[in-house]
Amino acid sequence: MRYSGFRVIAEALTGHKGWKPMWRNPEPQPAYDYVIIGGGGHGLATAYYLAKEFGQARIAVLEKGWLGGGNVGRNTTIIRSNYLLDGNEPFYEFSMKLWEGLEQDFNYNAMVSQRGIINLIHTDAQRDAFMRRANAMVLHGADAQMLTRDQVRAVYPFLNFDNARFPIKGAIAQKRGGTVRHDAVAWGYARGADSRGVDLIQNCEVTGMRIEAGRILGVETSRGFIGARKVGVAVAGNSSTVMAMAGMRLPIESHVLQAFVSEGLKPLIDGVMTFGAGHFYVSQSDKGGLVFGGDIDGYNSYASRGNLPVIEDVAEGGMALMPMLGRARLLRAWGGIMDMSMDGSPIIDKTGIEGLYFNGGWCYGGFKATPASGWCFAHLLARDAPHPTATAYRFDRFLKGLMIDEKGQGATPNLH
Amino acid sequence: MIINHPLLGPRDAQEFVYLGDASLMHRPDGMTAGIEVFHDYLYQRENPAGAHRELWYHEQGDRSWLVVTRDTVTHAILAVELARNVARAEGRGR
Repeated sequence: MRYSGFRVIAEALTGHKGWKPMWRNPEPQPAYDYVIIGGGGHGLATAYYLAKEFGQARIAVLEKGWLGGGNVGRNTTIIRSNYLLDGNEPFYEFSMKLWEGLEQDFNYNAMVSQRGIINLIHTDAQRDAFMRRANAMVLHGADAQMLTRDQVRAVYPFLNFDNARFPIKGAIAQKRGGTVRHDAVAWGYARGADSRGVDLIQNCEVTGMRIEAGRILGVETSRGFIGARKVGVAVAGNSSTVMAMAGMRLPIESHVLQAFVSEGLKPLIDGVMTFGAGHFYVSQSDKGGLVFGGDIDGYNSYASRGNLPVIEDVAEGGMALMPMLGRARLLRAWGGIMDMSMDGSPIIDKTGIEGLYFNGGWCYGGFKATPASGWCFAHLLARDAPHPTATAYRFDRFLKGLMIDEKGQGATPNLH
Repeated sequence: MIINHPLLGPRDAQEFVYLGDASLMHRPDGMTAGIEVFHDYLYQRENPAGAHRELWYHEQGDRSWLVVTRDTVTHAILAVELARNVARAEGRGR
């Protein structure tokens, strides 16, 4: 069924009796050409682009819970392509271009809203660094602007511009950045993949991998063995546990990141804003809640919940930036498990096992990457060669000293 | 999280700095180990879901290094040892 404004009107006039479930709920086949482990944003996007752009068939997505029940439904919904390094910026700009055409492409309202993102500047050194970043972005075909203090004040007059320690001196802005309705991304990709014949198999947990003579033959699941010519793993925080089934260790630690939403408020923050002195980012949802977050808790965790000290730290960042935030009440807080890599950048690569491919290490920046991650992983699966924008996301970059370390923190996953 | 320090008793985890997997104590010998051994030491992690031995540094306390065994699924702390004692039990001088 194709969705359109006409369709909504037609259904409204006929009692909404014509709507159909958005995807089938098929039984798993004995074997597929491609099995994608993980029915989140990246896994579903991979299946969608494999079928649509790379013309592949006999594809299944295996999900241990329900579609979109992991990090794609837990993030702060921000999209942007404001990276500095050559290994990253072309990829994220590719992702941004895919976001811009996504809704027409998969015929689903994902509420892509290019409301703009600004990163505030508090010191002269930070201005220099952001100027360099803005130039890098422009050179890679993205958009970037430097804003003066007065230009920031015109948009957000309520910020604490004269904070004694962290005065606001300006900002770097990307107008094409913004937010997307995160669940709808998973649902849109799921619907698009299903309509092209992809089997989306829920409540199907992968419990083992069948590997013989260095080649993968399929996966053991809670619903029996499923054979596969190629297996792609896109399981975010569970990357290490799933790849351990293939005997692999990864340059990844799993950490918990918390996110928060306030009670609904009147329109206050048009775009996305980040505090440059602490770690605090905020946008306002269409329902009015302020959606915000900060640092990861900083210790290995598979518990989808964090602890109070980080909540306090995030709240302090928010209060330093916009003191009136103290009058708003916190509505909800939740946690998700991040696959923090050793340089803060992702991996989309083959493994040493023939037919087994890995997509992970997204740290806490995976949501914005969803379309390009899916496209590039599909490219790798279908053609056995990396997509031109994802050539740097290799396993062996750590061995070769080719890290993509935006923050320059080294092999300290909890600091990226 | 409360870490039951072997010398100081129960302390808030906020007083500590987290380093990561306790295997980081076993740095290969730089004169003999090859680059692949160092790569594995520096970058590769077990990252288990469950009991995890990890290094915490009591920066805002007595500045001792601890080996904490913690369940990464529940955050329950199962055991706390002085890293010094762990190293000595393995036959190291310190």
